[in-house]
Amino acid sequence: MAATERHIRRRPEPAAPRQRVVGDPVPGAVVDFRSVSKKYPSGDMGLEDATFAIHPGEFVFLVGSTGSGKSTIMRLLIKEIEPSYGSIAVAGRDLSEITRRKIPYYRRNLGVVFQDFKLLPNRTVYDNVAYALQVTGGTRREVRQKVPDILRLTGLSTKLHNFPDQLSGGEQQRVSVARAFVNHPPLLLADEPTGNLDPETSVGIMQLLYRINRTGTTVVVATHDKAMVDRMRRRVIEVSHGRVVRDEKTGGYTGSETTREFGALWREGLE
Amino acid sequence: MRFGFFLREALRALRRNAVPSFAAVATVLVTVLVLGVFIPVVQATTGAANEIRSKVLVDVYLKNDVSAADIDRVRKIVEDDTPGVGKVQFISKQQAIRAEREAGRGDYYDLLGTNPLPDLLRVTPERPEDIVEVRDALAPVSPSGQRTVIDSSIDEVKDRKENTDKILSATRVVKLTMGLLAGLLALASLLLVANTIRLSMYARRREVEVMKLVGATDWFIRWPFVIEGVLVGALGGITAILLLGVVKVSLVDPLAKDFALIAAPDTMNFPLLVAVLLGAAIAVSALGSGVSLRRFLRV
Repeated sequence: MAATERHIRRRPEPAAPRQRVVGDPVPGAVVDFRSVSKKYPSGDMGLEDATFAIHPGEFVFLVGSTGSGKSTIMRLLIKEIEPSYGSIAVAGRDLSEITRRKIPYYRRNLGVVFQDFKLLPNRTVYDNVAYALQVTGGTRREVRQKVPDILRLTGLSTKLHNFPDQLSGGEQQRVSVARAFVNHPPLLLADEPTGNLDPETSVGIMQLLYRINRTGTTVVVATHDKAMVDRMRRRVIEVSHGRVVRDEKTGGYTGSETTREFGALWREGLE
Repeated sequence: MRFGFFLREALRALRRNAVPSFAAVATVLVTVLVLGVFIPVVQATTGAANEIRSKVLVDVYLKNDVSAADIDRVRKIVEDDTPGVGKVQFISKQQAIRAEREAGRGDYYDLLGTNPLPDLLRVTPERPEDIVEVRDALAPVSPSGQRTVIDSSIDEVKDRKENTDKILSATRVVKLTMGLLAGLLALASLLLVANTIRLSMYARRREVEVMKLVGATDWFIRWPFVIEGVLVGALGGITAILLLGVVKVSLVDPLAKDFALIAAPDTMNFPLLVAVLLGAAIAVSALGSGVSLRRFLRV
């Protein structure tokens, strides 16, 4: 039995259905997915023939139920996994051209916020944020300048010397956002940033992300809360069973709401 | 700036993971302690075995009435014409009896009146294994099966055969066993230290994952771990060596006067032993940290 299974696993993957990469790269796009498919070694299709482009300064919701392919898109974007087919470009750069050794340098241009925060448990809030700067070779002076600024922006000025386990979930997520943004990346990815938080706290986090978006940073937020997203009047890309089923600019997308208005909308959705 | 940062990171990790770090230090300590006791024991044993082997001799007894010219001739034959001969020592009748007197047995010879001891050439073979060859050259076996001597002035050639065989096989077994034990112990220490490091590393694999996601290069993550390994190895090694030093000064040195084994000539001297142990402890810990980290870096 076991031997048979091993044999199956070793057999070359059946050729993916021939797809053609449709269209040319979209000029000026921050994220450009063209005919991207991802098949996991277990045989599950994570993503099938996804094509979409995200432009600088956009605030995009990526919606879908669990297992729909949201996280696959996120993991493809941080180059944690490779697409089985198709091409992904970020800021005009084809991800398949980035070698394993260059991945860290690529990731420094992204800010990533995770559902489970992924903070370093042995470091204070200050040091957690500083680490993202130190990684890029930031000097001590840079750290001293930037970190307090970003922590003030995220409303954590009083928690500088606390450790992550001394903070509430919302505060931890704020630290995580601060860390993602301290390098001022052109693209910020948030994978279910409010998934572990209570509704009221999630308003704060969404407002924070929106505020970052208003500085010109492209923000992609993955969430499973469809009803919520429909109210937000932002661009929505919906994935279901690995396919992009909707990609539209919802109704009254104004793009120039204040953070307060944005938060109010989100709060309305909660009720 | 860079090294200072890595050092601070390593110190922080040690402080914040006190229990696993302590376990690693303790493992290194115990291992170095055991090795530090065992290495000199192995050396003393093989040293003693070698010394016994060097006592394998062929005695060439000369006839009672040989002249000085005869002695010189035989000596020449033994030294120049016999293969496998290492050292030749001449012990005259007079020297022999003087040695006996010094050993306190002079009274018996006084009773006898004359000196019954023959002149003697004591031959040490170049290698202990050569002894058979030397004997056969000096006293070849004749076709009748008897031994004859190659020179008329030689009375008898004796190699204390039964003793020789025993010594050779016994020392070989001792050396082999000790070598095997030393090898096993070194391997066990290596696995033990590597495993301890892996455990403490496993506890921090999430941390490594996060670092990679933030954009840290492999070496940026690895250096603090390697420095941490050096610190752990140095701490454990130095403590163990201090303990060894105390034991040496207070226990071994006083005893060395009374026990031949402890005072065996070719044990490593203490500073060299210390250097080897400390170097090994640090190298193994640092390498262990750097290498065990590899599998957690694949994010």
